[in-house]
Amino acid sequence: MELILFKVGLVVVLFLISLLIAAYSTYAERKVAAFMQDRIGPNRAGPIGILQPLADGLKMFMKEDIIPQNANRFLFILGPAISMATALMTSAVIPWGPDLNLFGTTVSLQVADINIGILYIMGVLSLGVYGIMIGGWASNNKYSILGSIRASTQMISYELAMGMSIVAVIMTTGSLSISQMVSSQEGSFGMGWNVFYQPLGFLIFLVCAFAETNRTPFDLPECETELVGGYHTEYSSMKLGFYLFSEYVNMFISSAIIASLFFGGYNFPYMQVVQENTSQILFAVICTGVFLAKILFFVFFFMWVRWTIPRFRFDQLMDLGWKVLLPLSILNMLITGFFILLNN
Amino acid sequence: MAAALFYSLSLICIVSSLIMIFHKNTMYSVLFLLITFFSVAGLYVTLNAQFLAIVHIIVYAGAIMVLFLYVIMFLNMSHIVSFQKSKVIKIAATFTGLMVFLVLTASLSSATYNSNAVAGQDIGLASTLGRVIFNDFLIPFEVSSILFLSAMVGVVIFNKKDVIDE
Amino acid sequence: MQSLTNRSKVVSNKTMSWSERIYLPAILAGLRITLAHFFKKKVTIQYPEQTKDHGPYFRGVHVLKRDDQGRENCTACGLCALSCPAEAITMVAAERKPGEEHLYREEKYAIEYEINMLRCIFCGFCEEACPKDAIYLTDLLPTSNYTRKKFVYTKDMLLEGIAPEDRRDVSKRRKGIREGAM
Repeated sequence: MELILFKVGLVVVLFLISLLIAAYSTYAERKVAAFMQDRIGPNRAGPIGILQPLADGLKMFMKEDIIPQNANRFLFILGPAISMATALMTSAVIPWGPDLNLFGTTVSLQVADINIGILYIMGVLSLGVYGIMIGGWASNNKYSILGSIRASTQMISYELAMGMSIVAVIMTTGSLSISQMVSSQEGSFGMGWNVFYQPLGFLIFLVCAFAETNRTPFDLPECETELVGGYHTEYSSMKLGFYLFSEYVNMFISSAIIASLFFGGYNFPYMQVVQENTSQILFAVICTGVFLAKILFFVFFFMWVRWTIPRFRFDQLMDLGWKVLLPLSILNMLITGFFILLNN
Repeated sequence: MAAALFYSLSLICIVSSLIMIFHKNTMYSVLFLLITFFSVAGLYVTLNAQFLAIVHIIVYAGAIMVLFLYVIMFLNMSHIVSFQKSKVIKIAATFTGLMVFLVLTASLSSATYNSNAVAGQDIGLASTLGRVIFNDFLIPFEVSSILFLSAMVGVVIFNKKDVIDE
Repeated sequence: MQSLTNRSKVVSNKTMSWSERIYLPAILAGLRITLAHFFKKKVTIQYPEQTKDHGPYFRGVHVLKRDDQGRENCTACGLCALSCPAEAITMVAAERKPGEEHLYREEKYAIEYEINMLRCIFCGFCEEACPKDAIYLTDLLPTSNYTRKKFVYTKDMLLEGIAPEDRRDVSKRRKGIREGAM
């Protein structure tokens, strides 16, 4: 019973943290964009614009909610709902910190340590495209449908290379559970991170993560110059807000996955020394803080890249996905297998 | 608890698959097929086969149905209500359906049920499944993968036809 | 033909080398540039609170000046209106009555003086034409408004106040064309 209460609490906390970080990602995005363009960015709502996400959210709620006359009403509403739900579902299997000994029972800072965690993430990610496709189709607009067709093509294409690069990680870990993947990266100094063993795999995964979250340079589903707004052309009010918001939640979750698969999750150098010299709660807090710092770095990296690299053309996108990343990831898998055999 | 879960999932599965067949709008058909897949995946989970369940979702819901949806959106097929149906096609369809039904009933009547034996084991887990596939069923597994490869090569060649002719 | 500057570049269509085709070095160089800009000094001027200093040649809204004793300089000669290429200036002249010497410097003054800010092109010919140093252009901009009528600035809007704090300082004002501008 206590365990269930703890898990429910963890779910609520995770939900709130995801939403909070996603909300402040929108603010950070604007700030980062401004700073990289030698501007200041939003600074009117509260000190240094810290209340900007609230103002944006309020604006989204107050806008008129328009459903086009010839749109499919049910599916039009279902689209953003699916997008948001799938974006928020993924965080369940990510280990946010080491196991805790609370009141005599061991509890893990993970909502569900299912033994196929990484596959669960792949499954939920692959469902995320439905929100975009259904929304785009239901809008009954050519731009929307083109955007959603692009989204589905792109996501299916890059899922393959992503899965292949994950397979290499699974081979080194020997487990599909993310908590085991993270704890296996502890190494001798807390630096046995997969990125040192799988640099190519990390690179492929990173590029695919950009494509899966529809971020620049792969934001073709919503590219303004060609498709007005892409799949969310017809959307307004909080439905549009859900689409935009789910992109940021996805970004946060993708960063968390990158951090836990390739950058050791909550592991950090001299971890054992810290563990011996601090209380257990403090250690867990430090670990979670380190994990969050890694995640936030990658969120920043997503934005950094967005304001550096221009958008791909669609055929270039397909070329990169099928002719470069997929063969490379298969090669990476073979090399990994070879070295594992060599070590045995 | 387990029985209630099983019956509700089965009910959802059957009802949504029936709606999928009878709905006029292809878009809704796809979505109800999706619900069917999810309920089947739920049934896998009740059998302690999480790996199968999640692979089922990734492959069918995440990849194949997305492609179906993709084609429907491209051709805008949701507006095509009735296809051209000649008498020959109708007769052939009825015959094929009956044949499939016959095969299914025949195979099901000869099968033996022992659900306890399945549920008790971890037969659906990744490690067990891998051991079974790569020890007992290695040749069928490899043959099926070669079949997939040949299908992929075939598709590529179909699409490259114009280039070859030149 | 020989190029007059050495800025022209011959476009090369060479095939890229392997290290160029993987694009990663180029992407890293790009990331380095954007990161450098991230830490650079920002050029934003927070407008309503901060304003950018205008140069001495900046030509904005006009002001009608008074002399040291608070008397209006303008004698309604009409040279400004005559010089105005946009015909934005109109005025009505009046004769100074006895007892009004503390208000007007000359015997004749403008009882009405209007500048249409929608017509005005802010060329500054009026201040150059003025023989009495009565009209100057300041660094203020005409404010936005809802009707065309409100853009016709009347004399009481243009004339500076008598009190020292209401005076408009034009001592730094430079008339004419900036040196080297043409």
